[in-house]
Amino acid sequence: MANVIKLKKGLNINLKGKATAKVSAANASKVYGLVPDAFWGMKPKVVVKEGDEVKAGDALFVNKLHPEMKFVSPVAGKVLLVERGERRKVLSVQVEAAAQQQYVDFGKKQVNSLNAEQVKAALLESGLFGYFIQRPYAIVANPDETPKAIFISAFSDMPLAADIDVVMKGNEADFQTGISALAKIAKVHLGVKPGSSLASTKDAQVTVFDGKCPAGNVGVQINHIDPVNKGEVVWTLGAEEVIFIGRLFNKGVVDLTRTVAVAGSEIKEPQYKQVLVGAKIGDIVAGNVKTEQKVRLIDGNPLTGMKTSENDFLLAHSTEVTAIPEGDEVNELFGWIAPRLKNFSVSRSYFSWLQPKSKEYVLDARVKGGHRHMIFSGEYESVFPMDIYPEQLVKAIIAGDIDRMEALGIYEVAPEDFAVAEFVDSSKVELQRIVREGLDMLRKENE
Amino acid sequence: MGLKKILDNLKPTFSEGGKLSAFGSLFDAAETFFFVPNETAKVRGAQIHDAIDSKRSIFFVVIALIPAILFGMYNIGLQHSLVTGGCTPDACPCADVWGNFLYGLAVMLPKIIVSYAVGLGIEIAVAQWKKEEVHEGFFVTGILIPLIVPVNCPLWILAIATAFAVIFAKEVFGGTGMNIFNPALVTRAFLFFAYPSMMSGDKVWVNGNYIDCINGAPAVDAVSAATPLGQLAAGEAVTASPMETIIGTIPGSIGETSVIAILIGAVILIWANIASWKIMLSTFVGGALMAYFLRYDGAQNFEWWEQLTVGGFCFGAVFMATDPVTSPRTEGGKWIFGFLIGAMAIIIRVLNPGYPEGMMLAILLMNVFAPLFDYFFVQANINKRAKRAKK
Repeated sequence: MANVIKLKKGLNINLKGKATAKVSAANASKVYGLVPDAFWGMKPKVVVKEGDEVKAGDALFVNKLHPEMKFVSPVAGKVLLVERGERRKVLSVQVEAAAQQQYVDFGKKQVNSLNAEQVKAALLESGLFGYFIQRPYAIVANPDETPKAIFISAFSDMPLAADIDVVMKGNEADFQTGISALAKIAKVHLGVKPGSSLASTKDAQVTVFDGKCPAGNVGVQINHIDPVNKGEVVWTLGAEEVIFIGRLFNKGVVDLTRTVAVAGSEIKEPQYKQVLVGAKIGDIVAGNVKTEQKVRLIDGNPLTGMKTSENDFLLAHSTEVTAIPEGDEVNELFGWIAPRLKNFSVSRSYFSWLQPKSKEYVLDARVKGGHRHMIFSGEYESVFPMDIYPEQLVKAIIAGDIDRMEALGIYEVAPEDFAVAEFVDSSKVELQRIVREGLDMLRKENE
Repeated sequence: MGLKKILDNLKPTFSEGGKLSAFGSLFDAAETFFFVPNETAKVRGAQIHDAIDSKRSIFFVVIALIPAILFGMYNIGLQHSLVTGGCTPDACPCADVWGNFLYGLAVMLPKIIVSYAVGLGIEIAVAQWKKEEVHEGFFVTGILIPLIVPVNCPLWILAIATAFAVIFAKEVFGGTGMNIFNPALVTRAFLFFAYPSMMSGDKVWVNGNYIDCINGAPAVDAVSAATPLGQLAAGEAVTASPMETIIGTIPGSIGETSVIAILIGAVILIWANIASWKIMLSTFVGGALMAYFLRYDGAQNFEWWEQLTVGGFCFGAVFMATDPVTSPRTEGGKWIFGFLIGAMAIIIRVLNPGYPEGMMLAILLMNVFAPLFDYFFVQANINKRAKRAKK
């Protein structure tokens, strides 16, 4: 019987437009783009030239800091463009898809016969290693280190997040193979939701997390299972990325097909689409976005995602594409006193607490308040289910006090762990940005 | 959306480079007063936000204060009638609720206007200078100040005290959210120490023609009425019955007399989750325990629990101690903070012959210690992490 951990703190945000279980293939994109920024902490060195022919699984760029770490093309075709921004920063490497898909053959392998080094080498070569995120720092993992453990959260309870049961359908065998492969590198912890069929996964220590959002955050799960101490390293991986690894060993190819949720109040028919990493957002949401008002497209869920557009490419770790109203043309009169019945709030100065829990809200992208110093206390704590003082940690980051950041547990967190706190904050502090800056500051200091 | 259009048209005039850019932060304050800002989320970070903002939270504190304000106005008139009318509460003119209220309103309104004008004026000037938005914290402070000063406090002294508190207790620390001391209490403390004859504590309620006092002219027919705490300090028997102290028809600072009105405010604050119930509860527990231990000191006819109903105890516990900025940030710290405020207030009242009232000093003292209480809890967390790392 799996260990069950109940979490009291947190907040479920019930948004309108959840994806129904309908799964279909998205329109094939003409051009796919791999965005290096999605692999935070990695310095890309482009290894292809415009005009080169590549197969799915051929490297487009490598990590300058660890050249053996490759980042591979999701499709076969011709390299169309290496898009660069200021100071020649690589923004994306774009590949024009060929009519016929060809895959680099990495060879099928029996996971049981491999050792840790062989698994690692296979992942580095096939470009899947880059999907590991390590803690501390929440950056691409360092292949020279051996992690204390590998943590995988097999569910997300973020608003509009993809349902793991839909994503997993038909991929169960690959998922198990992926887990078994990872278990060769280090102990694997799998966090699942109550009643999940994944509780019977082999080669992993399964823990059930029963609580509100962000209980599905791997950071929260690490904090409750085996927290990261100074000097220790753990790796994390998304559940769907485990499937990629399983496919690599079972089929011998890199198949970066994801089942992403296309959801949100501004999506006509919320559903799941099977797409490749790097697909054009426009092709994923084609004809499915409402046009009555200005819409904000988000790569990811509305709490941790990033604003995107139809011309951008699906980022490597994204499991959803969501659409919400932009809201910049909404002018609410006397917001400080009007009842504002349609709004959702944890504060009982609004009336959303009187509504049934099943009520779905349409939230737009407005910040809905002025930026202030932290005034009200206890807001972050109430939605932060980790044994860490979030407010004090954020203040230490703002002050640039490295020692205090360390003492308060910055090694254990990633920006996404502060997403719900950022949502409820009445002072509208950009917590995720601050935490990201703190992690980068610390990394620079320790390098 | 006519109003929106007008504001949009005016915006360039008040923006950087416009003719009236010196009043930019005033315009900004007005704009956000009318409309929820429609700034949208940045590219990275949470794309959706809770509808709550500090403006709404802070105005809910003002709403919670309304019962105390209204009762305070009525009580001004009532106390005036009791003395000048030479009657009992049963006979006219004391029974003229409406008349008493209007009298109180006439006394109170200038104080509210002065407090807001001085405080907001400074806030807006500082915001303009620092090129920030005007923070709404003063909306609470500005109404708290008239409620905790004596009714006969001349307006010019009130203006000086307010200016002192806003500048030296708040803005020098960086504005709302960064201050160490509760600004409203600093106003009172300033009056207490700078103008002790106005604020001796035992006879805060000098009845007379208050409206004359607006000009600072001493009222000729001033009659002193001692507060229950003043009587206690003097070793006299308390004349007010427990019922009167709970309803609030006794002399005292304007907002503090009615326990019922304050408790209505407390319910609003706790219900909206704006003030910490932990601080309120622990303040009452601390005060009750200390009053119980010290019950043999002082007037014999005064029960220990009556200590909690007189003076500024309730008002302080509900509206002053719970100021989120100057109270501890950790939940554990809040328990200690409140408990010690309650205990300290009673100690000052009972054991210190100099000060009949101890609530203000107790809260200001604990404001200083709030970071220390946080330190215990945060340090425990740090130690736990350090210990875990060593294993």
